[in-house]
Amino acid sequence: MGNYLLRRFILLIPVLLIVSILISSLIYFSPGDPVRVMLGLRANEEAVAKIRAELGLDKPYYIRYWKWLKNVLQGNLGRSLQRNEPVLQLIAERLPATIEMTFFALMVAVLLAIPAGVISATRANTWVDNLLSFLSLFWISMPGFWIAMIAIMLFSLKMGLLPISGRGGPLWTAEGLRYLALPGLILGIRQVAIISRLVRAGMLETLSEDYVRTARSKGLSERIVIYKHALRNAMIPTVTIFGLQIPELLSLSVIIETVFAWPGMGRMLVDAVLKRDYTLVQGIVLVYALIVILMNLIVDLLYSYIDPRIKNE
Amino acid sequence: MTALDSKARPRDFTDSYLRTAVRRMKKDKAAVAGTFIIGLLILVALAAPLLTKYDPLEQNYDELLLPPSASHPLGTDQYGRDLLTRIIYGCRYALLIGVGVVIIQFLVGVSLGLIAGYFGGSVESAIMRLTDVMLSIPSVVLAVTIAGFLGGGIQNVIIAVSAIGWRAYTRLVRAEVLAIKEKAFVEAARAIGCGHLRIILRHILPYTMGPVIAYSSLAVGISILWAAALSFLGLGAQPPTPEWGAMLADGREYMMDAWWIATFPGLAIMFTVLGFNFFGDALRNALDPKMERERR
Repeated sequence: MGNYLLRRFILLIPVLLIVSILISSLIYFSPGDPVRVMLGLRANEEAVAKIRAELGLDKPYYIRYWKWLKNVLQGNLGRSLQRNEPVLQLIAERLPATIEMTFFALMVAVLLAIPAGVISATRANTWVDNLLSFLSLFWISMPGFWIAMIAIMLFSLKMGLLPISGRGGPLWTAEGLRYLALPGLILGIRQVAIISRLVRAGMLETLSEDYVRTARSKGLSERIVIYKHALRNAMIPTVTIFGLQIPELLSLSVIIETVFAWPGMGRMLVDAVLKRDYTLVQGIVLVYALIVILMNLIVDLLYSYIDPRIKNE
Repeated sequence: MTALDSKARPRDFTDSYLRTAVRRMKKDKAAVAGTFIIGLLILVALAAPLLTKYDPLEQNYDELLLPPSASHPLGTDQYGRDLLTRIIYGCRYALLIGVGVVIIQFLVGVSLGLIAGYFGGSVESAIMRLTDVMLSIPSVVLAVTIAGFLGGGIQNVIIAVSAIGWRAYTRLVRAEVLAIKEKAFVEAARAIGCGHLRIILRHILPYTMGPVIAYSSLAVGISILWAAALSFLGLGAQPPTPEWGAMLADGREYMMDAWWIATFPGLAIMFTVLGFNFFGDALRNALDPKMERERR
């Protein structure tokens, strides 16, 4: 097990390396200049050249990348070009808000999608199943940011029930929850639409297995058959799906964070991209990739917990 | 060679296979609804100037933020432009982006998938590692970064959205190729001296197309959603382009006073994406390669 973990961690390195090369090439070869963003359109050429030299932006691509990489290996992601603060510190300030929203959304998704999927599967092809399947198709056809806008109009502006935007505090405080409710629910329910369909498919397959018939013929109650015998096995493909949904959740959170002015990494990314803040963008993308990879690792470990037959070799 | 070609091959991705698919589609209500919606969208996009007497870009300061009425069925925006007109013209952008993205993704993704599946070995692992790496960057993060650095505009949105979706094609096609390339007719083609290119294009590619085409319809819808999101973030279509996502971004500032600006373009997006989702789902069922194989 320890060996396996170690190997997975070593495999992390080339992936992160390629991600960083991809992003830095994109940054280097695309138009735009952070110094001009800083100094405005009427900056004189001398000042621009001077600051470019100071920031090392006049150096060729491979020298810039090498210097960045050396710093990263020492745990230093550089300084933000526009804010002049360490990138690591800026990310550390924003990361909790992003993780909080994503975690909340994932919990919403798990709590709603599993029962919805089970109900659909046990009542397959009845009106309940058809309604749920129509609703999820409907929901995933709507842009998330638009749902967010409509929700703000209805619940915040018209009814005044929930705050329009921002973050009220940590997840465990009442104020924090009030602010998190709308963005977190919108992010989560979208995933319910996708995950519940997959839980349904997994359940349907499991329910046709021999051991389920055996359990039924033993006279076990339907409840026990479904939740104890079938669900646990149906959960194996589902856990994969949750693993795949995490990048998806992080993806959508970039948009939802922007709509709700949520002080997370996604909003900072959009801002940093618009301002050509190279170091900050590179740091944020790297951290996103790291989260996704670590989450995949956790999901793989979860498999062997749910299904002891699967061994991580 | 032609004789062997036609006799040794199982049923093609043509004639009766397609006819069966069309027959299945006709019986499916969702397919009919999807076809109707997509047809309507194409019609509206083509006939845009005939459908409205207003100009999508011309500002009219006498008619700012008017609520829906007889002369402006969906109201006007903060520059006095007719919202219905802008939504009608927006259809062109949505279809252009959706189809443009899918063509690029298709070309890149299918080629890589064919190469990976056919040649195997280190070529395959290099390509599949690359898709794994791409998978570790959340798609919006990648799209935002690409669109942001390339600068706004429809063309760059198409590039940015294409960059996040091609890997699905690669995985799909590779899996299909792995199943097909060991078949006898491929071996026969190889035995009579067909080159790699001919085997891939003539003998393998057609059989991978069923799932790929069904996925493409869904991908058009997904791409339209992503592109709208990029425009909404200010990284895509720039004002005054009547693109739906950009229009919603405009509406954000007027949510209190003019709900219609923040509502109708979103409905247009939903309607469009729903159409492609209906169609794609039905197509996937109709072209289901498993059912086809079992009957063989």
